[in-house]
Amino acid sequence: MSIFVDKNSRVVVQGITGKEGQFHTRHCVEYGTQVVAGVTPGKGGQKMDAVPVFNTVKDAVDEAGANCSLIFVPPAFAADAVMEAADAGIDLIVTITEGIPVLDMMKVMNYLAGKPVRLIGPNCPGIITPGEAKIGIMPAPIHKPGGPIGVISRSGTLTYEVVNQLSLKGIGQTTCIGIGGDPIIGSNFIDCLDAFENDPDTLGVVMVGEIGGTAEEEAAEFVAAHMSKPVVGFISGLTAPPGRRMGHAGAIISGGSGTAAAKIEAMQAAGIHVCENLGELGEQCVDVFK
Amino acid sequence: MKIHEYQAKELFRKYGVPTPQGRAAFSAEEAVEVAKTLGGYPVVVKAQIHAGGRGKGGGVKLAQSEQEVGSIAGQIIGMNLVTHQTGPQGQEVKKVLVEQGLNIAQELYLSIIPDRALAKIVIMASEAGGMDIEDVAAKTPQKIIKVAINPLQGIQAYHCRQVAFGLNLPAASIKPFVALLKNLYQLFVDYDGSLVEINPLVLTADGSVVALDAKINFDDNALFRHKDILEYRDLDEEDPLDVEASKYNLNYINLDGNVGNMVNGAGLAMATMDLIKLAGAEPANFLDVGGGASAEMVENGFRIILSDPSVKGILINIFGGILRCDVLAEGVVQAAKKTGISVPVVVRMEGTNIEEGRRILAESGLDLITAADLKDAAAKVAQIAKFEAKK
Repeated sequence: MSIFVDKNSRVVVQGITGKEGQFHTRHCVEYGTQVVAGVTPGKGGQKMDAVPVFNTVKDAVDEAGANCSLIFVPPAFAADAVMEAADAGIDLIVTITEGIPVLDMMKVMNYLAGKPVRLIGPNCPGIITPGEAKIGIMPAPIHKPGGPIGVISRSGTLTYEVVNQLSLKGIGQTTCIGIGGDPIIGSNFIDCLDAFENDPDTLGVVMVGEIGGTAEEEAAEFVAAHMSKPVVGFISGLTAPPGRRMGHAGAIISGGSGTAAAKIEAMQAAGIHVCENLGELGEQCVDVFK
Repeated sequence: MKIHEYQAKELFRKYGVPTPQGRAAFSAEEAVEVAKTLGGYPVVVKAQIHAGGRGKGGGVKLAQSEQEVGSIAGQIIGMNLVTHQTGPQGQEVKKVLVEQGLNIAQELYLSIIPDRALAKIVIMASEAGGMDIEDVAAKTPQKIIKVAINPLQGIQAYHCRQVAFGLNLPAASIKPFVALLKNLYQLFVDYDGSLVEINPLVLTADGSVVALDAKINFDDNALFRHKDILEYRDLDEEDPLDVEASKYNLNYINLDGNVGNMVNGAGLAMATMDLIKLAGAEPANFLDVGGGASAEMVENGFRIILSDPSVKGILINIFGGILRCDVLAEGVVQAAKKTGISVPVVVRMEGTNIEEGRRILAESGLDLITAADLKDAAAKVAQIAKFEAKK
């Protein structure tokens, strides 16, 4: 088992003919992901390798049976792409695009509210169920199929570091989700923790957070109240200065709120095993999950 | 992106948000010329720097005559203004805003921010104007009114009335306040604000509502559709190394420590800074070269780190995904050969094309310290820190 994606996911790539779209589509296909369609307005009828390209997501759903969308559309047009996917009846939308204006994402979130669709991202590496489907840009070989650990992270390469340490220690993953580094994201820690709690094959979770906002504090409350499975946590940004945006649009300590120290304290109070030295995360997971 | 108060007030006027009359001046003579157009005294002279807390730092003064305007502007322009937001090094003042003084009856607080958890636009207001809003929030949260607006619906008159009545405004001020708030909201959404703040917003003795102060921050991700705002950028307000890095699309922030670092990905970059601290040193910077960095970007990043004289060692930490280890290695070798390596450099690489990357570094003939994994990298940084501490 896994959460959100598996070998049955039928993926349409929005922005498939762009440089990034092509590059990552090939890697997803190579991994065994069912990429059934691509969308680039005006290029309908063409093919990207063996993948048929459509003008609209609706065509991709109607003609190729896509149920999951992977978005590489540039920031200025990404909000439109997400809403198009939602209206076409896509169940899961994974948005990789970095740099979408906050107000655009705000409109998207209010538009999606109440609709039967899950958004992951934006500004994220995507989601992978090792051995089944890779819907994103993460390097595949570092993952180890078969579980039993789920990974949730606001970061990209930091997630790869964590997954790599797990795999090197012989700990496989059920599903790894990059939820994104933007201030407004589709799925938060709690959505993913809840899904992992309900997935019988996931026996524990690693959550990787960073400065900015209060998502980790809210997740800690959820863990204390609803999680029976052990959770290991890591927070980056203890040395980040206040008031500065640390690369990710969402990684900013503003008005004393969103500090790493406050997050770590809340997570420890909730019984989460917080790792303080990233170099030792793999070893700590062995101790907690054995 | 931040702009100056006088620039924010230009936008306010464009959107029909009342401000005191006034204009920016770059010299004492110019300040006097502006004061002459304001039709009387007192006149306020306000230092224009991006940091807050200007009044307490001595950067805002009242002048009662033409002569006083000249002498005060002369003092403020060129002064090194230290506030709680500038840090102890302060910020040099290059211009002042010269404005008419108002007959103030009451000071209020008003701001508009995007709320990340609610995904709504939130209006915050308080009767406790002129004070630090974070203090008000901590000590008397009941004095803050919050109204959340769905951006798909937009601001309605009832939202504005909710704020106006919450502030206990006198009857005569409600209509002008509602108009001001609607206009301010329009400015916020038209220009992709990340903060619009008026502190204080004042009621004058004759009942009008005026923005005595003005602060606007913009969403960097949306600047592509606001070319006019880019013209407001003031490079004097930014760290020179940060400006240099921004020319090469590098995500760099200059910090106070002694161990420089170059990383791909913001989360891993922050975690690497934390690791440097755990190893007993202090990070000299934040640098995310990004997922798709070229050898040239890596080279520029390396050069910028080395141009900070306080850097006594460098940790390069790359988890190759899209950015391949061989590309990184090429960049490091190019940079090291061009600029020369004056400090110890620890390189930790993992991921895509790692073997090729290691080969390039090994065959370069450069004196680099390679680390097997993060733990090993931290231990090697700790050695550098110990060596520096003994000096």
